[in-house]
Amino acid sequence: MTEILIAVGLVVLQSVALLVSLLIVIAFLLLADRKVWAAVQMRRGPNVVGPWGLFQSFADLLKFVFKEVVIPDGANKGVFMIAPLVTCILALSAWAVIPLDEGWVIADINVGILFLFAISSLGVYGVIMGGWASNSKYPFLAALRSAAQMVSYEVSIGFVIITVLLCAGSLNLSEIVLSQKLGLGTSLGLPNSFLDWYWLPLLPMFVVFFVSALAETNRPPFDLVEAESELVAGFMVEYSSTPYLLFMLGEYVAITTMCAMTAILFMGGWLPPIDIPPFSWIPGIVWFLIKLCFVFFMFAMVKAIVPRYRYDQLMRLGWKVFLPLSLLWVVVTAGALVAFGWVPK
Amino acid sequence: MPELLKEYLPVAIFMAVAAGIGLALMASAIIIAMRKPDPEKLSAYECGFAPFDDARMKFDIRFYLVSILFIIFDLEVAFLFPWAISLGDIGVYGFWSMIIFLAILTIGFIYEWRKGALEWD
Amino acid sequence: MTLATLFFYLFSAVMLASAVMVISSRNPVHSVLFLILAFFNAAGLFILLGAEFLAMILVVVYVGAVAVLFLFVVMMLDIDFAELRQGMLNYLPVGATIGLILMVELVLVVAGWSISPDLLKTVTSPAPSVTDMTNTEALGRILYTKYIYYFQAAGLILLVSMIGAIVLTLRHKPNVKRQNVSDQVARGPATAIEIRDVKPGQGI
Repeated sequence: MTEILIAVGLVVLQSVALLVSLLIVIAFLLLADRKVWAAVQMRRGPNVVGPWGLFQSFADLLKFVFKEVVIPDGANKGVFMIAPLVTCILALSAWAVIPLDEGWVIADINVGILFLFAISSLGVYGVIMGGWASNSKYPFLAALRSAAQMVSYEVSIGFVIITVLLCAGSLNLSEIVLSQKLGLGTSLGLPNSFLDWYWLPLLPMFVVFFVSALAETNRPPFDLVEAESELVAGFMVEYSSTPYLLFMLGEYVAITTMCAMTAILFMGGWLPPIDIPPFSWIPGIVWFLIKLCFVFFMFAMVKAIVPRYRYDQLMRLGWKVFLPLSLLWVVVTAGALVAFGWVPK
Repeated sequence: MPELLKEYLPVAIFMAVAAGIGLALMASAIIIAMRKPDPEKLSAYECGFAPFDDARMKFDIRFYLVSILFIIFDLEVAFLFPWAISLGDIGVYGFWSMIIFLAILTIGFIYEWRKGALEWD
Repeated sequence: MTLATLFFYLFSAVMLASAVMVISSRNPVHSVLFLILAFFNAAGLFILLGAEFLAMILVVVYVGAVAVLFLFVVMMLDIDFAELRQGMLNYLPVGATIGLILMVELVLVVAGWSISPDLLKTVTSPAPSVTDMTNTEALGRILYTKYIYYFQAAGLILLVSMIGAIVLTLRHKPNVKRQNVSDQVARGPATAIEIRDVKPGQGI
């Protein structure tokens, strides 16, 4: 009995450590997002709190905590308060299965990628519940829009994941990363390098995944959920204080999860870009964080330089371009693997 | 305890810790922040005057169609998962079996494209 | 192991309670939300049985897709359920009778069912142990080859449902101006502008 308690206590400590460090990383990513956005527009961005505005996110947290929680009269109080909690908790729980380094994972489950797929498909609930419970026109319209949008891009994300699984032959995230040790580069006689990762043979799928990840997390240019010029702030109009903070936090955690998924599926997770010293001396978690930050930087740049899509264009891109393309690529990948006998055992 | 469940216990614990953090954040404002509600503050956000009726209205059937089509494609993806990781064992036969399945659904996809179900207006 | 048992009772209790709430809550949206809670606990029970693939697919398909549709329908229909409930007492006897008949039939079926004693011998490929093979792989090894006809039938059912959904719900609005991307891209100075030399004092 005591050994079980010790094991459970250890997992609790690991979980707390991972969640706290994740939240701190996200605090700085949020600042980086604003700084990148500002730099593209030739502004300075947040620069008052701490040196170069480094503590801006923590100041924002304090501000949110001291603000009044407003619950509108017409709202369904229960659902109204549960919606931000659901968004935040679901987004955070995805990190239970994400491997930061070899063996550095809270739960190394067999169906890790399916778990992430399931969590990302549940992201829509926070939006629908929040929009419906507010009992106000803008949130309701935003909830409808975003539900249809997230659902549309979920399908292409599913097909893209399938192409990676065909090459990796496993649903376990650690095994997907390890299967990227050998690939195009090593078959040419080069040492293990970034040429082995799946981004190269599955380049079109890498692009589809990145764009779908933008749409799935309601990031610009697909931020029709909160299109501020039409819907004010979308489903979050009626929220204030920490319920609003939880929505915001959930959104950024989901974005970070998508960045981590991109790093794991296409960019070799914790593997170093070239497996020779001095690169192989650097611990894997550093490489993982560098890759995560790189993908996040791309997210931030897209937000800064691409204008917002119109709703019919968004639907057209999802259903008429990405869906057939990714489906075709599943068939092409499987056909090539079977024809040349490259299917992993 | 079976080996499999040992891997899932950390997931449950992790979710519980995440829920704890979420609840703590939410409760902090409710406990710390002052609350001074008044009718104007608590009314729904609108441009100018108070809303006449409930905000929940009937909406376009198109959203309904999108979510039905999504269910069908989601099921297709669900069928692809076991296939993708066991392709090495089931070989060419299993490959063609899936190609026929995908071909049947592609007929449906072409039908909806031609019918204009994918148009958004 | 007690921990697994504890989780079993937790999941079952929450699932039954939320199932009761699905049929008894006043607001239909709350019903759907309780249905989602019930699905989650069913997924937990699947995991306790070792069926991790089924658990995840249950969440992906039922919670991630089907329940979204239910929510749409419930939000869209705008039915006053309190009014529908008015005649509930009148219909109660009929409903109770039908329920009772169904239950008796089910009991008869279950009681009359006997498992052949040599069933174990006829099972050619028993489910492999979880330690040998993940159950996703075990499913994949037989679903597409041994059960190919059922698999293709599933494909046909999906095709029918796709066509059915379109036939039932697709209504085209008249006078909608749609964007034609290829036309827009193909448009150049030659087709888009025309240069006229306008003489002073004259129109075009």
